[in-house]
Amino acid sequence: MTRVLELDGITKRFGATLANDDISLHLERGEIVALLGENGAGKTTLMSILFGHYTADAGTVRVHGQTLPPGKSRAAIKAGVGMVHQHFALAGNLTVLENVMTGTEPLWRLRSDRAAARDRLAKLADRFGLPVDPDARIADLSVGECQRVEILKALYNEASVLILDEPTAVLTTQQAEQLFATLRDMAAKGLSIIFISHKLNEVMAASDRVVVLRGGRIVAERATRDTSKEELAELMVGHKVERPKRPPARPGAVLLEADDLHLSGRGGAPLNGVSFRLRAGETLGIIGVSGNGQTTLAGLVSGLYPPDQGALRIKGASLPRHDVPHAIAAGIGRIPEDRHAEGVLGDMETWENVILERLWSPDYARHGIIRRGAARAATERLLKDYDVRGARVNSRVRLLSGGNMQKLILGRVLEAGPSILIAAQPSRGLDEGAIAGVHRRLIEARDRGAGVLLISEDLDEVIALSDRIRAIAGGRLSPAIPAARANAQLLGLMMAGDWDAARKIEQEAEAADAL
Amino acid sequence: MNVIVDILASVGMWEAMFRIATPFILGTLGVLLCERVGVLNLGIEGIMTFGAMIGWLTVYSGGDLWAGLAAAAVFGAMFGLLHALMTVPLGLSQHVTGLGITLFASSFSYYVFRLAIPTSTSPPTIEPFRPVAIPGLSEIPFLGPVLFNQTAPTYLAILLVALIAWVLYRTPLGLAIRMTGENPHAVDAQGIDPILLRIGTIMAGSALMGLGGAFLTLAAFNSFFPTMVQGRGWICIALVVFALWRPGRALLGALLFAFFDAFQLRLQTAVDGVPYQIFLMLPYILSILALVLMARKARVPQALMQPYRRGER
Repeated sequence: MTRVLELDGITKRFGATLANDDISLHLERGEIVALLGENGAGKTTLMSILFGHYTADAGTVRVHGQTLPPGKSRAAIKAGVGMVHQHFALAGNLTVLENVMTGTEPLWRLRSDRAAARDRLAKLADRFGLPVDPDARIADLSVGECQRVEILKALYNEASVLILDEPTAVLTTQQAEQLFATLRDMAAKGLSIIFISHKLNEVMAASDRVVVLRGGRIVAERATRDTSKEELAELMVGHKVERPKRPPARPGAVLLEADDLHLSGRGGAPLNGVSFRLRAGETLGIIGVSGNGQTTLAGLVSGLYPPDQGALRIKGASLPRHDVPHAIAAGIGRIPEDRHAEGVLGDMETWENVILERLWSPDYARHGIIRRGAARAATERLLKDYDVRGARVNSRVRLLSGGNMQKLILGRVLEAGPSILIAAQPSRGLDEGAIAGVHRRLIEARDRGAGVLLISEDLDEVIALSDRIRAIAGGRLSPAIPAARANAQLLGLMMAGDWDAARKIEQEAEAADAL
Repeated sequence: MNVIVDILASVGMWEAMFRIATPFILGTLGVLLCERVGVLNLGIEGIMTFGAMIGWLTVYSGGDLWAGLAAAAVFGAMFGLLHALMTVPLGLSQHVTGLGITLFASSFSYYVFRLAIPTSTSPPTIEPFRPVAIPGLSEIPFLGPVLFNQTAPTYLAILLVALIAWVLYRTPLGLAIRMTGENPHAVDAQGIDPILLRIGTIMAGSALMGLGGAFLTLAAFNSFFPTMVQGRGWICIALVVFALWRPGRALLGALLFAFFDAFQLRLQTAVDGVPYQIFLMLPYILSILALVLMARKARVPQALMQPYRRGER
């Protein structure tokens, strides 16, 4: 084995916090190493030092035996380090070819050689199985395709070491699986890969070796085949984490009833006849590969768009007007899928975000004037009760980590005491500790008597939280199966639109209920 | 109707269109460069004023006409540097900085002018650029005198359109510039410093603005007075949107605006009984209409007006 990369004693301080504490790490040719750690463990800082975005306070980076000058990304690129950023470093209005070419030729050349670049890109795409249209505008590509462009960009720079920062954060499960298959293939062709992640499943599935980072230090290093998800979870968090157990449900009256809902053209993929019932005190899980209408369904139920056809009844009655204020007034609370875009206003203060959905409530406003004192007091309580760390009443919300932002949104929704809770991808992008917290809250809400509509593409999450599970495929819902009968294989069939087995189970369950 | 046909058929009208368009071409190219790299430069109005003044003053104090143009470009670049330092490394508001530079540069021009020419009631004059007939080509009927009997800066402006289009679309530097206006993080990730690139490009763009101003005193007129830019800079800002940030279309937009201006000037004298202010409004009204039509298609540089700081998103 040849050692392609060696980090030696990297230390980096930001003010009082020690982001990286004497970290040493190496990578062999053809190896895939997972850098595992919770948000804030120092993974991204470490990789930014390696790539020359930050300068380390101490320590050296060696690539192929050569020490890199600190703080120079140009030098890192030249040495063969390619970085695929979590937020893509791409320009939407430019083409794939232009994005890949930028900075690869001497700046002062009088003419760039597009033909040669196009040729080289096509060869790379072919060799590594990453098909792209070089003339497509980035803005017209899907997220998965954008990531392909990012990887090609690194390969185009002749990267022999590829670093991927949370590569699956924005991908659907399918896209993620495809990505890891590609990475495996690339490693087999001699590339060395480090990927940063806090998702145990993908670390177990895709890496040869795992390096666990916690609080800026390496706490463990394991060959992937010698470890387990449970061990890694414990190492990463520092103590045993257990996702909460769900006590049996005591379903009550029907709270939400959807009858043959159709909607197309708004909110994404269309709905083609969706019917379901949600009872008080139960969680109905809706699982599906993204792009099958679940975003549209969540938007429709939270009042964002009225159905083209069909009816939505809340506690037996239709909304007087199908819009968000009436939905909230009818007792619907929502945890939106994209918390940055729809959950919070990042540049506004915490207390403003907390009262945003209840501006007309007499608790927070009187005679058209906001009661700042009451709003601040409520915010103060919420930050404490929901353990939102890093936030002050007056700080801007965008500075929060994903997990804490989600806690804030949860707190805001649950404090309003909704009878129906729409939770769309509630733990997307969160780390293990935060996920357990979110799950605990959702179970509490259910036990309090709320009906929870859980929309997710995470099998484990849906099985753990739901009492009944339906799959969404092509804008339709499958029959509902009890969670006790669910397993990955069955859910996979349901998500693929094969509902025979599910229909049988549903009938059995109904027959059992009737007895 | 006859009046309009007469105007449209006259060589003078079309020849004037190119002359009037020149400062707009230069100014629009300048704004276009700045915005392509992601920075709004509202300093243009002041930078043009200063360019007009310093160009004129250079020639008045005995310099060559070309030295006048060079001085305008250099001082334009200096104001560009000031704008760039405030908006790029410091990340200050681009609107406020730009307007500040316009106010400062305009007043400073007049101050320098008064220092140099303390007492005079009628502004002193210089010998400006004369039209240069291009041998052969200027003999072509109608087109010849319109296109090939212009002053040197007009030819320069048109050449610059081609040059800048080449740089932006055919060279690695141009690609990096466009990328910086779309996503400076991406440029940084490829090992190019977006901060330096922004500063350099803003300086180049501002130099063009200075040239646009100098055209007014060195070719269009022969003297300087403080209000002579008359909002041309603001028109350039609008023309860039009309041009969808493309140099070729910038030329087209500048010519279109100049066409209406040349046209209304002639209408003023040809038509009786209508207040001339109505005609004065014509080019502006038509530009607003054109802008409304074009702006829907606009693909604004995505990072326009967003300061870049490393490690921040």
